[in-house]
This record gives sequence, C-alpha cells and structure tokens, in this order.
Amino acid sequence: MKRLLVALCLAVLAVPAAQAAEEGYRLDRAPIDPTDLVSLQAGARTFANYCLNCHGAEYMRYNRLTDIGLTENQIKDNLMFATDKVGDTMKVALKPEQGKKWFGVAPPDLTVVARARGADWLYTYLRTFYRDPKTVTGWNNAVFPNVAMPNVLWTLQGERTLDMVKSEEDGHETAEYKWHQLTPGLQNQVEYDTTVRDLVNYLVYMGEPAAVERKRIGIVVLFALGILFIFAYLLKKEFWKDVH
Amino acid sequence: MASRLMALWGWFDSRMPSVAQEYRKHLSEYYAPKNFNFWYFFGSLAILVLATQIVSGIFLTMNYKPDAALAFGSVEFIMRDVPGGWIIRYIHSTGASAFFIVVYLHMFRAMLYGSYREPRELLWIFGVFIYLCLMAEAFFGYLLPWGQMSFWGAQVIVNLFGTIPFIGPDVALWLRGDYVISDATLNRFFAFHVIAIPLVLIGLVVAHILALHDVGSNNPDGIEIKKKKDANGIPLDGIPFHPYYTVKDIVGVVVFLAIFCLVLFFVPNMHGYFLEANNFNPANALKTPPHIAPLWYFTPYYSMLRSVPPLFLSQFPGVVVMGMAVMILFLLPWLDRSPVKSIRYRGVLYKGALTIFVVVFFILGYLGTEPTNVWGQFGSWLGEADRATVVARICTTLYFLFFILMPWYSRIDKVKPVPERVTM
Repeated sequence: MKRLLVALCLAVLAVPAAQAAEEGYRLDRAPIDPTDLVSLQAGARTFANYCLNCHGAEYMRYNRLTDIGLTENQIKDNLMFATDKVGDTMKVALKPEQGKKWFGVAPPDLTVVARARGADWLYTYLRTFYRDPKTVTGWNNAVFPNVAMPNVLWTLQGERTLDMVKSEEDGHETAEYKWHQLTPGLQNQVEYDTTVRDLVNYLVYMGEPAAVERKRIGIVVLFALGILFIFAYLLKKEFWKDVH
Repeated sequence: MASRLMALWGWFDSRMPSVAQEYRKHLSEYYAPKNFNFWYFFGSLAILVLATQIVSGIFLTMNYKPDAALAFGSVEFIMRDVPGGWIIRYIHSTGASAFFIVVYLHMFRAMLYGSYREPRELLWIFGVFIYLCLMAEAFFGYLLPWGQMSFWGAQVIVNLFGTIPFIGPDVALWLRGDYVISDATLNRFFAFHVIAIPLVLIGLVVAHILALHDVGSNNPDGIEIKKKKDANGIPLDGIPFHPYYTVKDIVGVVVFLAIFCLVLFFVPNMHGYFLEANNFNPANALKTPPHIAPLWYFTPYYSMLRSVPPLFLSQFPGVVVMGMAVMILFLLPWLDRSPVKSIRYRGVLYKGALTIFVVVFFILGYLGTEPTNVWGQFGSWLGEADRATVVARICTTLYFLFFILMPWYSRIDKVKPVPERVTM
C-alpha cells in the first residue's frame, strides 16, 4: 500500500505540463536555460528595446535585474528608457486607452505572461508571425490567429508569408504549414531563433525571479529532511522496542 | 536550576492543575490501539497542515490587499519584493491542496476500517462538518489572488446559488454584495477566509478531537480495545499516545514534509493542478475563459453538476445532486449495517463496492478538470452525446448507489470472524 502511494505520488509529479495546451499550430519546445546569465541578459535587452514600448511589466523592478548578473549602472545605462529610478517597476508610457485606440485592445502586462502562457507558447508565437493583407496591422500569427499585435521583431526576422493547407482524414482535420521568406531580416533563422529563445528565457525568469533560488533551497531542504528522517526513524524504533 | 524550574512548575500546577490533567488525558494517558498502520498518520498530518495554513496565512495578510484594483499586484509583490514571500505564498497554495489530499485519505481510512460506526457517529459528523468548512475556506480563498480563474470560478459557484427556485437570484446577490463579482465580493470573501471560517474550523477540530478521546480510537481490526482491560483499567492493547504515537507521527511528518517540499520547491504549480496558468492573468469581467474548471479537489462534484441535464432550463437539479453527494456522507454511520467494522473482516461485496466507489471518484475528479468534449462524441445512435458526459452520468449514479444500496449489501455480505485482540 505504501509503495503504491509513493508510486502514485511520483507518477503525478511526472505528468507533462498540461498548461496552455491549445489546439491548432503545434508548439515548438523552447530550449531555455534559466541559469544561462548571458542568454537572460540578451533577453532583457531585447525586452527593453522591443517589448517595453507598448507592454509594461509593472510588478518587475529594474534593480531586480542584478539577479541576472547586471550592476545597477549597467541597468541604468542600457535598459532604462522610461525612468531614471532604478527601484522603479517596468511601467510603460503608453496609456491603456491609447493602446486600445491603436491596437483594438490594450497590450497586456507581461510580468507573469510566461506563467500564464508557458515558455513553449511564447517561443512559438514570437516566431510565427506572417504577412496578411486582410488584417488591420498587415500581420497575422499562426499560434494566435488574428492577434492585435504586429510583428515587432520583423526587422530581425524579415517578412514571411504562410500557406495553410487544410485536409481532412478520418474525421480529423490536419493542417500543413508552408513558410516563405519574402524579405530577409537582419538575422538569419538560427540567429533569430536564438534571439527569441533569449527573450523567452528572460520572460520566464521575470515571471518568477525566485525560481532558480527556489530549486537551490529545495535541494538543501530535502537533504536536511533526509537526515532528519534517519533520526526520527531511529527514535521511533527505540521507543517501540517494548511494544509487542 | 532544575529544582527551581520544578518549584516554578509546582507553583503553576497548584494554581492551574487542569493543564497537567489535560496533558494526561489527551497525551500521556490517552491509550491508543497499538496496531495503528500507515493510514493513521493523516489525522495528525491534517492538524499540521491546518497549523501551517494559519501561520503562512497570517504572514500573507501582512502584505495582501483585499482590493479589486490592488489584489493581483499585491500577490506579485509578495512573490517578488517581500523577503521570503514566495516561500510563504507557495506554502499556503501547496498547503491548500495538501489539506485536501490529507483529509481525503483520512476519510478513506474511516471507510476502510469502519471508524464512523457506533460509538463514533458523532466524531464522524464533526469530521464531515470540518470537510464542509474546508470546502468553504478553499472557495473563499481562491478568489483572493483575483486572477481570471479566481473571478470566473467564484462567478460559477455563486451562480449555483442563483439557480435555487424563486429565492436564487436574491441569494446570489446577497452573497456577492453586488450585481457582479466585484470589490465588495472580494472584501467579504477575505473576511470569511481569514476570520469567520478558520474560527469555525478550529472549533470543529477541537470538538472532533474531544469526541475522539471520549470514545477512543478505532483501529485497523475494527475492534474495541476498551473491552479488554488490565487490573489498572488500562486497555491491554492500548499504548499511551505520548510518547509512542508522538515519536511515530514525527516519522510521518518528516516523510510528509519531504513530499510537500518536493512540490513546493520544484513544481509549485503542479502542472496547473495546484496553481492554474490562467490565474496568472488578472481578473477580467469582460473576458470569459474558454474553459473554467475548479481546482482538483472540487472536480468530482463539478463533474456531477455538469452531468445532470437541466430541467425547465434550470441547472438546479445538478446543484441538488452535487449538494446531496456531500450531504449523504452524514448518513454513512446509519447506512452501514455490517456486523463487522474493518475491511479486513468484510466480504467481497463491501470490498468490491468500495473499490468501485474509489475508481468512480477518481474518474469524476479527472473529468471535472477537462472540458466535456474531452473524449469526443458518440455516434448518431446515442444522439451524438459527449462520451465524457455519459461516463460522468454513469459514475454519478454509481457514487450514489454505493451509499443507497449499502444497507442491503453490507448486511448480506459474508464476513470473517473478528479476533478478540488486535493483530499487529
């Protein structure tokens, strides 16, 4: 019985991520590494330069970025465009009403977007914009059809189009996606994938800045409980010697 | 030094002897059966989780803001800017689910060994009230992070009360304090979550333990150890709770904490089962999520609710079924007519029925986390009904049959002879 319960507990722990599983475009796995400081710093730069113009991260403080190996001066000189107080949160100058007027919907705050959407969704979403003359912005997205956001990173990725061929087999609808590069971007595909990887890595970090520390503390706590278990077990055995 | 301490204790004891009396009554001279097994850890673990929930909750209220404009941000403030805040928040969120896991196992133990049977009916009734309180506590608490699932989950549950014929809409309005889930609702739910329900909960736990210590603990053999006493009136198969079960429970506590910390430090979201992804989006009254599901501990009942077809365009029948599914637990001591208590001496009928009950509870629990079309539809021969809905209907029926047929199958079940003394 005990073994069964332990097995059950372990099985539950091993269930693959069930969050943000949406039908449609198959998500690519985001090859992120929360301990890769260079990648996180590159992601922070992309975030400050491209995302922070319209989106805020109003629960994230600039000086928290010392977590990822930056000094306060580096943060001030490279990442802060909207404020000069390093203890401020990443607020955006764009007002929600303006956002609503310009895009049809106010750009959402991105502080915990990675926890709501998941890394794979963000990684795929940011790499699947395509030109679509039927939309207001001229852009569309394979993961998030008819999204209000245009492809902000298009100078890096270049312009692409998408041919979607839908076919039905045994009642299951399958879609085939064919991408065409219209104009080249400043980065080739590998470079662009890396840029997005770093950005997503940063968004995941920003969603839970304590995540790396959490796991580090967790190992120590489990180790301590392991030691405590030995003593607790021996104590119990000693007391229970006289129970028959 | 030691003699001074003894003198101080003597001074105290002569002025308030009830402390030592209660200590003897509930710990050092409370005789528990010596054959407790693994299933008997969950009572003390439930007290442990209650204590950690209260302590972590106190620290959360120091920084949480019960205000619709500030609540979501204050939770993120706790997660980021409060030193150690993320540990406290995860203790509380993991503890909520841990509480239900421990209580479900504790209740299942009672069903295994007939712990609700005479003379422990009142003990069981207090226990079911604790379970009800826990559900209320979880429901009120889930609104506080003010995320999308908080908001829409509360919306769904308050609307359940709105389905009551005639008075429903007024009841729902009275619960919300507004025409929609709003700041007023958040404030009153906060009050219920941090003061009202915890007070009732603690009172019920005290009553539960007092009732237990008056009648004495059951055991895996389901026999009364008080029937065989030695010359001093001490049960032959009893051992003092302290030190024997305190040292044993410490082992259980350490193992429990290891599993608890494994979740807390490595998978605090538990893949969306303990913290839902969509709850990291702030509440938005204008944006209904495509899929609203309660957290896992409510999903068996949620499945039942969804599986009952509406009557005269009202979901009230489903609400009644859901309520009955919990209320029927109160009747359990009187539904069971078996001559024995423990599953060890029961026959194949009860063992089979309990197995089906557990399987059905898990299936309902799983289905409640998924949309009703998760298993697709039947062909036109069954009116293209959702497969999952049909399965949920069958499971709901079996859930109730377990209770309704119990007086019959528990009585005719072939039982084994029960030993005179407990077996180790």
